[in-house]
Amino acid sequence: MWAFIHKLGSPPWFFGFSGTLVRWLLPVTVTLLLVGAVWGLLVAPPDFRQGNSYRIIYIHVPAAVVALAGYYVMAFAGAVSLIWRIKMADVTMRAAAPVGAVLTAIALVTGAIWGKPTWGAWWVWDARITSMLILLFLYLGVVALFEAYENKTAAARACAVLSLVGMVNIPIIYKSVDWWYSLHQPASIKFTGESAIDSSMLYPLLLMILAFYCLFALTLLLNMRAELLWTHRDSGWLKQLVGDT
Amino acid sequence: MHPVRKQRLILVSLMVVLSSAAIGLVAFALRDNINLFYPPADVVAGKAPMDRSIRLGGMVVEGSIERSETDLDTTFWVTDYEASVPVRFSGILPDLFAEGEGVVAEGTLDESGMLVATQVLAKHDENYMPPEVAAALEGKTAPQGQPVLP
Repeated sequence: MWAFIHKLGSPPWFFGFSGTLVRWLLPVTVTLLLVGAVWGLLVAPPDFRQGNSYRIIYIHVPAAVVALAGYYVMAFAGAVSLIWRIKMADVTMRAAAPVGAVLTAIALVTGAIWGKPTWGAWWVWDARITSMLILLFLYLGVVALFEAYENKTAAARACAVLSLVGMVNIPIIYKSVDWWYSLHQPASIKFTGESAIDSSMLYPLLLMILAFYCLFALTLLLNMRAELLWTHRDSGWLKQLVGDT
Repeated sequence: MHPVRKQRLILVSLMVVLSSAAIGLVAFALRDNINLFYPPADVVAGKAPMDRSIRLGGMVVEGSIERSETDLDTTFWVTDYEASVPVRFSGILPDLFAEGEGVVAEGTLDESGMLVATQVLAKHDENYMPPEVAAALEGKTAPQGQPVLP
């Protein structure tokens, strides 16, 4: 176990390992996304109140769920980077930020498109939506902060502190609909007890959430590999690898 | 664990705990501003300001919607099952606006305690089901809670 974690910290080993992982993850992600999208958009029944417009849930909820989970990945990498000073943790943190930002933006945009026909407004300064907007700024802040430093070790430390401090926003987003009066609905998927969404609509939703987790992992790995290729462009191991293939 | 790393671990944990506590306290202090709307009970109790625009949220009382024959004026009552507030609105209502459903109305209170709304938003709940399931449930469940009309 520890040997495996140690190996993850080695760029050449990680580059090879992630290459194998990507080859497996790519077909799995595409299949899950296709099956989930067809099931959710075509097979699942319409809603008794919202008709077909509720189907945007199959993009909105997975994007939002993985945007929250992805923040923990970034913050955890930040903590590892601060405590153990492992370069690969910096790479992970830096690679996670733009992916998380895009997922948060997708959740906000699909939410606005959904909000117009159901609530009657594109945007409301409701606790859930505002805290989600703060999440977008936190992700973009990490991206910008990293670029602001000439010294990349100092940049990684500043980004790690920012992502760790911003971590408090994640439980706030999750619980915002329960703690305050909001226009956004409370959670339909419940971890304890019966979900408020019919199982014929829930299963494709769970499948899409799984698909988005795979998509996050895939884009994260591809981002990390691109970063490794750039930073190690003069390294012997990479030249050897490129020469081989 | 190496003592230096152990120290860093403690520092990182402290940073997360203290910043969470600080932001938690700020959110707690600002809780009234974070709430999107006032429930009818607070409005009736006089907790909502009279001089500026407020949002009122709750359920539309069954049988309370009255539409004008000549223009877009609509009046209805909003309840949280403790108290009810009348609302007047002139404009197009969202599709999901209906009796017994959630609503958030923005506007100012007049002297009689009626909310003159400038915007009415529909608030839908977390329940999603196919129409057949809804129809099957309709026949079984009794209406929950009695709205209070003063």
